[in-house]
Amino acid sequence: MQAAKPLHPVSLRDAGLSALVTLGLFAPLVGLVTESTDHGLVLGWRPIALAVVTAIVFFGRLLILALRARRASTAERRANSAWAEALSRAGTYLTPALIIAALALPLTGSRYYVDLGTLVLTYIMLGWGLNIVVGLAGLLDLGYVAFYAVGAYSYAILATSLHLGFWVCLPLAGILAAFAGMLLGFPVLRLRGDYLAIVTLAFGEIIRVVLINWVSLTGGPNGITDIPRPTLFGLRFSMDGGDDTFAGFFDIEPATIQRVIFLYYLILALAFLTNWVTLRLRRLPLGRAWEALREDEVACRSLGINVRNTKLTAFATGAMFAGFAGAFFATRQAFISPESFTFIESATVLAIVVLGGLGSQLGVALAAIVMVGGLEALRDFLSFLGDQMDSGFFAGVANELPMFRMLIFGLALVVMMVLRPRGLVSGRTPTVALTDRKEIAADLVAQGRG
Amino acid sequence: MAYALQQLINGVTLGMIYGLIAVGYTMVYGIIGMINFAHGDVFMVGSFLSLIALLGLAAMGITAVPLAIALALIFAAGLAALYGWTIERVAYRPLRGSFRLAPLISAIGMSITLQNFVQVSQGARVKPIDALLPGGIQLMDRNNFTVTLSWMQISIVLVTLTVLAIFTWLVIRTPLGRTMRACEQDLKMAALLGIDTDRTISLTFVIGAALAAVAGLMFLLYYGVIDFYIGFIAGIKAFTAAVLGGIGSLPGAVLGGLLIGLIEVFWSAYFSVEYKDVAAFSILIIALIFMPTGILGRAEVEKV
Repeated sequence: MQAAKPLHPVSLRDAGLSALVTLGLFAPLVGLVTESTDHGLVLGWRPIALAVVTAIVFFGRLLILALRARRASTAERRANSAWAEALSRAGTYLTPALIIAALALPLTGSRYYVDLGTLVLTYIMLGWGLNIVVGLAGLLDLGYVAFYAVGAYSYAILATSLHLGFWVCLPLAGILAAFAGMLLGFPVLRLRGDYLAIVTLAFGEIIRVVLINWVSLTGGPNGITDIPRPTLFGLRFSMDGGDDTFAGFFDIEPATIQRVIFLYYLILALAFLTNWVTLRLRRLPLGRAWEALREDEVACRSLGINVRNTKLTAFATGAMFAGFAGAFFATRQAFISPESFTFIESATVLAIVVLGGLGSQLGVALAAIVMVGGLEALRDFLSFLGDQMDSGFFAGVANELPMFRMLIFGLALVVMMVLRPRGLVSGRTPTVALTDRKEIAADLVAQGRG
Repeated sequence: MAYALQQLINGVTLGMIYGLIAVGYTMVYGIIGMINFAHGDVFMVGSFLSLIALLGLAAMGITAVPLAIALALIFAAGLAALYGWTIERVAYRPLRGSFRLAPLISAIGMSITLQNFVQVSQGARVKPIDALLPGGIQLMDRNNFTVTLSWMQISIVLVTLTVLAIFTWLVIRTPLGRTMRACEQDLKMAALLGIDTDRTISLTFVIGAALAAVAGLMFLLYYGVIDFYIGFIAGIKAFTAAVLGGIGSLPGAVLGGLLIGLIEVFWSAYFSVEYKDVAAFSILIIALIFMPTGILGRAEVEKV
């Protein structure tokens, strides 16, 4: 390749062009700023920010070109194609290691890590639930958060108005979400591919708009507060230390960390349940029908598979797990509002599934850890950076740093897709095989347009 | 009657804006079969570019309204076109030929990026602007209800129609339009016949983004207030319009836009403002069930 040396004229010209384009793109939106004053909007001028962004793009492009020239060597490429195999071999050790780490996490006793673990596990559970719909059945769902919302609101409304306990409401929330899944499933049975995507997206928005406007039931934009916490076999997690509380029963000092750890194990159990059910379902005729549907709907129909029932069960099963996760979310937060159920959530969960490699349970877990954990780590890093730079030249930037989090998240989505479009674990293990099971790299598998 | 007429006028104006955005969706979908999820946000960026252009022109002392609008239009359309080109180059081209979910996720990432980029660079607050063209023609006065056709609405409809006329000429008469239509019919065959498909796809994004920026300027002038989040809902509605009109069909996109605009305005006027989005999306779902190819779309032949 020509651009082997980073300071080669070709590289320099390429980087210069990139910088020029950047200058064009960012001159009005970064170089100029609209500021509100008493006389309406006026334009401000930020040459330094513009120069910094342009310089970053120039040197970043040089770096990328240099890296790409290096990666062009064939050895690297071969290593890249062996990635799936290596990861699947590591998977045999990785899965037990992850399970042990998940079980042992509360032993650290750190509230921060347990909270983070709970958040990651919620997304792992959502990812596994959506994996049934998108990864197994191949139905692209952009409104998955709607079922999460149905589960959360079912629990919140049942618990606050009918005073039902968490353990009664949990299955109810799942059932109601599954019904919502069927409700969505019926009209979209005939749709395929991107039409399905846009209808599910519209469905998610409809649910959100209804949640905002049906004030008498959902509290509107203010949401529902004081949602009861769950109990452990009737023992409350309360600070008063009475006989019917966890701390009082076991005669220990009451502490909030007990409830936090209990919630952590609760979501861990729910996530394991999701995974276990999915793995079992895959071995049933139903699960095989899902995977067949993903590969080719026409062939499915020709072979006498009931496409309607197969699709509906996929929607209902996926929605049910979202409902469970929603009920858990409501009881953990003790407060829910429509703001928690925006499209960004659907997009995040879908990104986790796709990055996980569509259909791989381990991949989804890894992707959730990378994305959600990464996003949280980024938040801490940015606020740390903000604290370090709160004086001098960067003073103006320091306050804005936390706002860069979602910007970086969006860019990371693009970069990850460009680098690994098939996801982290992109293998397909057949659930049934004549002699021995072999991992197939997903690059070799054509995807039907179901 | 007078009330309905007023709603009709408002609906057509709004529909024109949706139609302009929908054209970008339908073109890209027609050629490479992907939902360009970031298109709604390109519209939003175009709106901000227009705002900055108008403020800059005012600061420079150019206050003649038609001139200011024309200059802002050129500025916003040109720069938004650059955005469209860059987005295609950075986020979609490396994924061409990859499996179909990858570009979609990349597009969602791009949409999040654009939204937050504008939020970080221009602030999260809404940006109000004074009405450039106050007043209008009073068409009818009945029972103390005046039907007005504002100058702004007239100019929005006129500018949109002009832009669409230029665009239609481009697609029907020019060599570029011919290559675009060829790529839409069969990308592989077009490539075999010597058409530079990469260039054509780039140009499709460029044209789509420019049209979205025109819609952005119209939106800014019509509502007088924008923020970084307008792209999302407008984007979904425009996509709804494209699907309703028959995806891949350019006149269908404009027709769908008009229908969505009218449905939204009439629903707000006669039923409830809160549920206007629900109405638009329900129409989409109903339309897809009974008319999966849209109004002007071709039936997709299933190849086995």
